[in-house]
Order: sequence, then structure tokens, then C-alpha cells
Amino acid sequence: MKARPLYLLISPFAMEATLFYILATMLVVFAILTVTAANPVRSAVYLISALLGMAGLFFLLQAEFVGAVQILVYVGGIMVLFLFVIMLVSVREVETQRRANRQWKTALVLGIVLSFELVYFVVQGADVFRIDTISQDLIIESQTLNTETVGGLLYSTYLLPFEIASVLLLVAMIAAVVLTQKQL
Amino acid sequence: MDINYTAILPEIMLSLVGICIMLLIPFVPRERQTHLGYLALAGIVLAFFGVAMGWGQTDLAFSEMIFQDDFGQFSKIFFLFVSTVILLISMNYLEQEKLFQGEFFVLLLFATVGMLFMATSADLIMTFLGLEVLSISTYILAGFKERERKSSEAAWKYFLLGAFSTAFLLYGIAFVYGATGSTKYLQIAEAIQASPDYSLILFVGLGLMMVGFGFKVALAPFHAWTPDVYEGAPIPITALLAVASKGAALLALVRILYQVFPDLSQQWQAILWPMAVMTMAIGNIAALTQSNIKRMLAYSSIAHAGYLLVGLTAHNPLATQGILFYLVAYAFMTLGALIVVQIVGRREEQHTTIEDYNGIGYRYPFLGIALSVFLISLAGIPATAGFMGKLFVFSAAVQSQMYGLVVIALVTSAIGLYYYLRVIVSMYMGEFKTEKIPITISMPLRIILTLLVLGTLYLGILPGSLLNLAEEAASF
Amino acid sequence: MVDITHYLVLSTIVFSIGVVGVLTRRNVIIILMSIELMLNSVNLNLVAFSDQLQDPSGQVFAIFVITVAAAEAAVGLGIIIALFRNKETVNVDEIDLMRG
Repeated sequence: MKARPLYLLISPFAMEATLFYILATMLVVFAILTVTAANPVRSAVYLISALLGMAGLFFLLQAEFVGAVQILVYVGGIMVLFLFVIMLVSVREVETQRRANRQWKTALVLGIVLSFELVYFVVQGADVFRIDTISQDLIIESQTLNTETVGGLLYSTYLLPFEIASVLLLVAMIAAVVLTQKQL
Repeated sequence: MDINYTAILPEIMLSLVGICIMLLIPFVPRERQTHLGYLALAGIVLAFFGVAMGWGQTDLAFSEMIFQDDFGQFSKIFFLFVSTVILLISMNYLEQEKLFQGEFFVLLLFATVGMLFMATSADLIMTFLGLEVLSISTYILAGFKERERKSSEAAWKYFLLGAFSTAFLLYGIAFVYGATGSTKYLQIAEAIQASPDYSLILFVGLGLMMVGFGFKVALAPFHAWTPDVYEGAPIPITALLAVASKGAALLALVRILYQVFPDLSQQWQAILWPMAVMTMAIGNIAALTQSNIKRMLAYSSIAHAGYLLVGLTAHNPLATQGILFYLVAYAFMTLGALIVVQIVGRREEQHTTIEDYNGIGYRYPFLGIALSVFLISLAGIPATAGFMGKLFVFSAAVQSQMYGLVVIALVTSAIGLYYYLRVIVSMYMGEFKTEKIPITISMPLRIILTLLVLGTLYLGILPGSLLNLAEEAASF
Repeated sequence: MVDITHYLVLSTIVFSIGVVGVLTRRNVIIILMSIELMLNSVNLNLVAFSDQLQDPSGQVFAIFVITVAAAEAAVGLGIIIALFRNKETVNVDEIDLMRG
């Protein structure tokens, strides 16, 4: 008699829950480390880890495309940009600098209050979510791939926002040029 | 998918001309780059034609992404007008400060594109993207005086608070989406109407969105960035922020509150009421002690946002009409006042304290009269546009039986009289000091100022024509 | 299936960490990273709602948010470089030429 493979002992629910808690812990821990680290380089690396944890959560929620974009754009693009600027700007200063600004205690209390308030509202209000909006085309959607669905939406319903997003990126590009070019 | 190009024709024109200027910049010698402003002006004129082509049509195009309606057309004309004035004064400004960078005009055009999208958007995603196009352009424009520390500081502060508030706005939008299942204005409104037992999440979402918009419109308690940014930014950009950026966020808020959340009006009125009181009080009281005229006008613009908020809180058809009228009146007088500030400020904005205005009224009668008219109008004295605007906005509030709010608004306006009149007094009573650099007024600025003065007086005496337009636009 | 409330609470916690970061830190680059954290928690909300409502438009929204975050990061870092050139500092407390 063959032994059953180990993963069958875990129900799919428990599997998802376990993964969720692992990723959530990773996200929260690295997020806290990001905002508390003394050295911006460390902070950036922690942020990368937090963002990877977030991408894992996206995969767990069956949003593969957003998860992939998160890894490619955030981790691969934005964070590298951050690291470049840190190298360019602030290496000398990090050692001597005091970490927090003057009003940090007030801000911390404010943040904790905000957090509790939002958590309270979320927990109180979560049962009233509308789940009756599932329309016909979405039932077909469940058979197609996530990337296909999202891509289809981007080029149909969300065509105009898509174009504006491209204008936005153009503006950001001009902005970067204006800001960093040397004055002649 | 319903493509309707006339609905976005002005935006297309502006973007195309912006890209053309971008392509031309490498081929134009640096000292001549201010001439690219004429091309930008042509772009705005084309955009005016674009609005004219869609005049009177109503539609909901691009899969419920954008409205084409009278409110939108009115807003578009308003923003294009403001951009024209700002473009003309900034050509003068760039020449004077020797800032030869054609990118300025490109960013100005794209900022206008953002405003137009905000005023016509029919989906929260669109509103958000429009806001971002506007914001990112203005972050850079605020820091355009590259070599000056104040200007980069202004850019950083504006950016930091802008990005921070964007996150709140987005968090709010996400909650609204979660609670109603859509980001489209009309569908959200339907969903709220269909299930009157609103979820708590929806309120939180609405509240967070108000925080986001509060920052953009500079409403108390989210106004702290305004004086620093207005002071540090180049004067044409101060005008852009004070009039166009504020106006765009306000008009988007009008549409969102009146069209998406009319059923929750009791709730958002409860948030807006104290905000309006605080905004008017803080704006007017803080302006009293300012010695720099740019900072004074910054606080004055906060106060005026408070008056507009009184109208917004009233929530009736008269209120929308009043807000639109007030916004135009506010644009006339604020743009005018800032143009005078630019002329008196001279090179590198060295003369921006109120003492610099001593005796100017007799020495330069044209500037004296112009600034007096604008300040009297800002103070809300009869026979000026500012008075009429206040009259309409406050009577809308009276119609909704918000007597307390109107009384507070009147008291704070009375406080406001003091600091506006102080400048006029120093212009005519103060002793004129001989200046190193004489004040020069170029022809285009003289023409614009004359037109703005006439406009301010015209709207104050015969408000009927604009009021009729605003009434048409006020019906969503 | 993990209840949506879990995701929302998690997102709220991350958002608040970001807020605290923006309000307490002095290094402008870390402030910028805290803002990125806030924007990302919005995405978690959107994707969780999208899963709950079985409506992919939440995911499309999340992609727009990432686009905007990228643009904002680029511009923010550009401003930091401009600031650094003028002032040689990345400390917010020293960015205070105008007080009033």
C-alpha cells in the first residue's frame, strides 16, 4: 500500500489560508522594516520584498496579470530607479542622520488610530458587499485566461483611460527631462 | 464601444500640438524657444474650435467613460480661457526671467488636457487619471525656476502632499468600487439608489475621497501646503494652481457629489459644513498677517474655496449655477491680481512684499486702478464680479436653509475686507520709494489686464449673460 | 477560500504603515517609498474586491494605479535630484526656506 502524497493531507482551503498568512506576515514585516530602516538602500530592499509578497497575494487572488505586472514594473523598474537615485544622492548622509522627524510620536499615534478605525469600518461593513453584480459575460470569462480578460478590457471598455495613461507617461517623461537636464 | 471623437476633440488637439512642440524643441535655438508659446496658443485656439464643434451635443461616450454635456462644455471653455491667459503671461514671464525652455508650454498644454478630462469624466478611473495628468504637469511647473531653491522646495512640497493625497483618494475610490461594484458614475448612483441600506464601507470611501479632493482644492484642514507652494512657484504657475487646478478639482467634486452621491447628500453635507467654516475662517484670518502679497493671495484663494464650498454644501440647482458663476468671477479677479503682482515683482520676483506697493497708485495709475478693481472684487464689494458671485452662492445656501453657514460666510468676508483694502491703502497712501528697476508693462499684458478689469466690472453690473450660460450648464 | 475581510484588513495595515512612514521619516527617499507602499495597498484592495465581485475591471484599475505609481516615482525622484543639486540634502527638515 502506497503512502498518500503529503499535499493531499492539506485541504485546498487550508492550503490557501496558510499561503495567505505566510504572505501577509511577510508583507507586514517587510513593510514595517521599510519605514523603519535607517539606511535607504536597506529600506529599498525591504520594500522590494514587501512588493514581492504583495505580488504573491495577487496570484492567490487569481489576478495573475496584475501580479506579473507588479513584479515586472514595480520590482524590476521602479525599485531599480529608486536604488539608482539612492546611489546618486544620499550615500554620504545616511550614517549621520537622525531617523525620525520631530513630530514622530504624534504621527505614530495618528497612524495607529487611523489603522484601527479603518480596520473597524472594514470589519463592520464587509458583510454588505454586493455580490449580485455578476453579469453574463463574466461567466464566460471564467473559462478564459485572466491575462486575456484583462487585456481585452484594456483595449475595449478602458480604451480611453488607456490612452490617457499613455499621455500621463509622456508627461512623466518630459518631467524627468526638464528636471534633470543641466541648465545651459 | 461607442467612439465619439467630438467628445474629446479639444483634448486631442491640445495633445497633438503638445507633441509637435516637443518635436520642434531640439530645432529651435534656446533664446527663441519662448516663441513656441505662439504654437501652443494656436493649439488652444484649435481646442476652442473643438469645443465649438461639439457644442450642444449630449452623449455618454467610450463605454460610459466621458460625458458630453453642457456642464462639460462650460467647464472646457472656462479652462481653455484660463490656460490662454496663463500662456500669454508666462510667455512674458519666461522672457523676463530668461528661462528659455519650450517644455514649459508642453506641460501647460498637458495640464489643460488633464483639467478637461476631469471636468467631463464619467468614471472614477478617468477622473483619477485626469487628475494625475494635471498634477504631474503642475509639480514640474511649480519647480520650473531650476536654479532657485524656493522653487524646487515648492515643487517638492506640492509633490509630496499631492502624492500623499492621491493615495487617500485612491483608497476611497477602491472602497466605493468595493461597495457598489462599479467605478462608473451612473452605475454607482444606481447601485446606491437600489440598496438604501448603505454599507459602512461606502461612507469610508466617500470620506477618503473627500480627503483627497480636499488637498487638491486646498480646503482646511488640508490647506497647509498652499502658501509655501504659491509663494515658491513662478507667478504664472501660481495663477494656474490657484485658478485652474483648484477649479478642475472643484468641478470634478461637483459632478461626483451631485451626480454620483446625491442620495448620500445628508452625509457629505455633514462633512462639508465644518470644512467650509474652517476653510473660510483660516483663509481669511491667516491672510491678515501676511506681508508677502503672493502668500496673502494664497490665503485669499483658500478663503474663496471656502465660499465655493458653501455653494457646494447647499446642493440645489441654484448652487451649481452659483458655483460656475463664482468660479468665472474668481478666475477674472485672481488672474488679474496675479498679473499685477508679476508686473510689480519685476525680474526674479524681487518686489513681492506689500510695502513694495507703496505709492504705486499715483506713479502707475493704470496698475493702481487695475489692482484696486481686482482687490475690491475679491473683497466682494458691490458692482464687481466678486460681489455677484458671493450673492449667488450664498443665496443658494439660504435656499437650502443653511442660515448658520451663510452668517459665518458673511462674517469671514467682512474680515477679508481688511487685508484687501490694506493693499489699496498702501498703494494710494504709502510713500513711493525710488526704484532701481522701473516697472514696465508690455503691450500684451496691458491688453489682458484691461480686458480682465472690464470683465470684472461687466460681470458685476450685468451678470445676466453669464448667469444664463451657467444655468444651462447646471442641468446635468 | 480566505474571506475578503482578511485582505481588506491586511491592506489597511499596510496603508497605515505607509502613512506613518510618510509622517515620521526625514529621508525624502524613504518618504517616497512609503507613498509607494500606500499605493500598493490600494491595489490589494482593488484586486480583492475584483475577486469578490467577480469583476475584472478592478484588476484593470490596479494596472492603472501601477502606471500612475511609476510616473509619480519617476517625477518624485526627479524632483529629489533637482532638490539635491540646489541644496545637497535629502532631509525634509532642512527644506524650509519658506515659513509663515
